[in-house]
Amino acid sequence: MILARVLGNVVATQKNERYAGARVMLCQPVTPSGEEFGATLLALDSVDAGEGDTVLIVQEGWGASTAATGEQGAAIDSAIVGVVDRIDLLEDEA
Amino acid sequence: MIIARILGTVVSTQKDERLKGSKLLLVRPLNLDGSDGSGYVVAVDTVGAGFHERVLVVAGSSARLAEGQKDKPVDAAIVGVIDTVDFVND
Amino acid sequence: MQLARVIGNVVATVKNDSLEGRKLLVVQSLNADLKPQGAPLVALDAVGAGVGELVFWCRGKEASFPFRRDDTPTDCTIVGIVDSDAHVSNRRGRG
Repeated sequence: MILARVLGNVVATQKNERYAGARVMLCQPVTPSGEEFGATLLALDSVDAGEGDTVLIVQEGWGASTAATGEQGAAIDSAIVGVVDRIDLLEDEA
Repeated sequence: MIIARILGTVVSTQKDERLKGSKLLLVRPLNLDGSDGSGYVVAVDTVGAGFHERVLVVAGSSARLAEGQKDKPVDAAIVGVIDTVDFVND
Repeated sequence: MQLARVIGNVVATVKNDSLEGRKLLVVQSLNADLKPQGAPLVALDAVGAGVGELVFWCRGKEASFPFRRDDTPTDCTIVGIVDSDAHVSNRRGRG
């Protein structure tokens, strides 16, 4: 899983039918200390994450599909599966 | 699989039901010479790894084959604690 | 998944049989500011997208799922059309 910050969401009326009801969130990968890096990505929400939340994104199809839609086999490569409360770094890593 | 070291823990209350009870550790991939690689991964601990240990991390759908991870939305799992690494340095 | 703009289409007469009748589009991935991010890719279309539209695409094995999944060789498929550029909300604002 990776850490990312939720920037917002995307509205798409016309989409693969397996996406029905799911929210498509715009996310920015962040380091454990919260710095942004890398390319923004879209992930389906499965935990009611909100804008500004730091989240856990699973990037494996089966896990993402079952988390976001309740069933396997949807064309989904990323899903938010957790909202991060806290990251505890070892002292020498902080 | 990759070799990584543990950087810390991630705490999440609001999460997929199937992740309840899972210990999530933040790990950094290592190069073969033991130096830090780039980036990091949040991985589920399946072996009771401790801080400062070097671990084996399996990524992708294979992570779900790790002990206790069947049918969980997991893409990286810690599946071993490394004692030593020996390699031929050509 | 990634946001992208459809910037062209690809015509290929000779192609894998399982891609027969499928539309191939060129997509340029975009960042949260809708600026280009990375190199353009060729994607299979699963939603009826057209050139100029803002879409999102799915990567990897899952990209074949909207089609006959066991024999459709694709790793990049357009799975949604964003209603308009204004339908991308971004807490940072548009940079």
